[in-house]
Amino acid sequence: MPISDWFKAREGRRYTVASAEKSADLPDGVWLKCPSCKHTIYQGVLEENVYVCPHCAHHFELYAHARVLSLADEGTFEETESTLSSLDPLRFSANKPYTESLASAKDKTGMAEAVVTGRALLGGHPVVLGAMDFRFVGASMGSAVGEKIARAFALAEAERRGLVLVIASGGARMQEGMLSLMQMAKTSAAAERLSRARVPYISILTNPTYGGVTASFPVLADIILAEPGALIGFTGPRVIEQTIRQSLPKGFQTAEFLEEHGMIDEVVPRTELASTVARVLDYLSGPEVPLAATGAACRVPASTGGDE
Amino acid sequence: MAQFVMEFERPLVDLEEKLQELKRLDLAADLELGEEIKELEAEIEQLRVTLYQALSPWERVQVARHPGRPKTQDYVEALCSEVVELNGDRLYGDDEAIFAGLATIAGHRCMVIGHRKGKSTKENIRRNFGSPHPEGLRKARRAMLMAEKFGLPVVTFVDTQGAYPGVEAEERGQAWAIAENLATLSALRVPIVAVGIGEGGSGGALAIGFGDRLIMLENAYYSVISPEACASILYKDAGRAPETASCLRMTAEDLVGLGIADEIIAEPLGGAHRDPSAVFAAVERAVIAALSELCVQDADALVERRFERLSAIGVYAEGE
Repeated sequence: MPISDWFKAREGRRYTVASAEKSADLPDGVWLKCPSCKHTIYQGVLEENVYVCPHCAHHFELYAHARVLSLADEGTFEETESTLSSLDPLRFSANKPYTESLASAKDKTGMAEAVVTGRALLGGHPVVLGAMDFRFVGASMGSAVGEKIARAFALAEAERRGLVLVIASGGARMQEGMLSLMQMAKTSAAAERLSRARVPYISILTNPTYGGVTASFPVLADIILAEPGALIGFTGPRVIEQTIRQSLPKGFQTAEFLEEHGMIDEVVPRTELASTVARVLDYLSGPEVPLAATGAACRVPASTGGDE
Repeated sequence: MAQFVMEFERPLVDLEEKLQELKRLDLAADLELGEEIKELEAEIEQLRVTLYQALSPWERVQVARHPGRPKTQDYVEALCSEVVELNGDRLYGDDEAIFAGLATIAGHRCMVIGHRKGKSTKENIRRNFGSPHPEGLRKARRAMLMAEKFGLPVVTFVDTQGAYPGVEAEERGQAWAIAENLATLSALRVPIVAVGIGEGGSGGALAIGFGDRLIMLENAYYSVISPEACASILYKDAGRAPETASCLRMTAEDLVGLGIADEIIAEPLGGAHRDPSAVFAAVERAVIAALSELCVQDADALVERRFERLSAIGVYAEGE
């Protein structure tokens, strides 16, 4: 499309801030009310539309498994490291024992940990794909999440698959103390390795992405995308308000705010994420011979040898 | 500065004040209180030992935050010669909450980086009490990369409550600045020795706070979250920080137990502020020992070992 139309289309995207309200585990075949525009939506329709309200484009929370399926080419996702899970190394029990939080998270989600990873095809490109699930102890990063993320980076490097990670997190998992803080260093080290191996890495920031998780592997990606209205930052808004004793500017820490401040590449509606990621992968990976192997200055299409 | 009294020291300070009073009385009235004074002195000595020998984690946090505790600039002054300070991140500004400079420690030419708390209220306002903005962390990163370029080992002094929690810090990418430092530190091709001298608050500390060695002062702490913030999240009551300080396993001893820190430097009874020069000497010995060991190593092997060390951190289960 001509660039002017593209801008018009972009203007036309109706962004709404995703609310903290859960889309809830409702049984199939029920009607849901959009918290933003109050329209009543049939669950099946919502599912079909990757949990984006067809009336106002409100983005409902999308759980990790549904998320990877929404991005992967149909039937191509194969989970890895599905049994890796948390222990309670500090025997942490302030207020509520950590083991209880873990048990109820597993019950609620049917997941072993807060992140799902696996191999998949995306737009025909072999990728390693991962997604975090906010229902699981706030998708906070402890030892197990850190290890799964680090292994996803290692797998992407070993098989030279592009890495696509969908982020949501409250931050480092405080119930594992310093072990959690060190996962920031560990996952950043893994991201640095992948970067030096020149394997493309795309992160997609979703609502909410905060704290020690934001300040590690997600923002080290080659391309950083974010969903409309997602809240993203390091320090949470309440803590900042307490520090500065003022209310925060409107739209503070939204995906659009970060785009304005030059911190992310683009705000992309969920319905366009898979095609956007695929297009990026077309440029950064694909059938071309890797640069390092040829010593050439530029990527050369393998099939044509350069002349089209 | 009037003597700063930590909460748990109160009984000791009360006794010390009583002793002073007795001594004054003794001199003024010639009351022959010699025996009582001696007894009181013995009692004080006893209490001092019991009070300081087994500090609780929360008490250590108070020692780590003691206003008289030696700070980065004190270590630079005591350990370093021929210092050339580096300023600015070449992108936005200079953040005084971070010190960076070329310096010589007992013949070792290094890049020294540290959180810089102020010594007066005025300094602390300028330096945000040692809580860096992104530009401070980016200055640190610039210093790291310069160290790598010219083959200088990096020595860092960690002492911050955390990265600054403000609107502008967020606008300029606090999370981005931290993450970039973590990535840079993880692959830097020169030795990195980090010393925890006081507070180790979360990401703002980690952004200059790990490497090939982590040396902790006995009463320094390092934590994923401050005990107060943890208590307000879990109990909706920051007053329960003494409990969360224990749960979070944030003391030097805990860190060695978790395989994160390598070495603990003992502090004088009561804390580093009681005898700073002894602490400077011990820190200098430890830093030199680490540098001597690390500086002769092959750069590839050094980076590989650092990566493996980081990769090994974590406790988790695998299998059904």
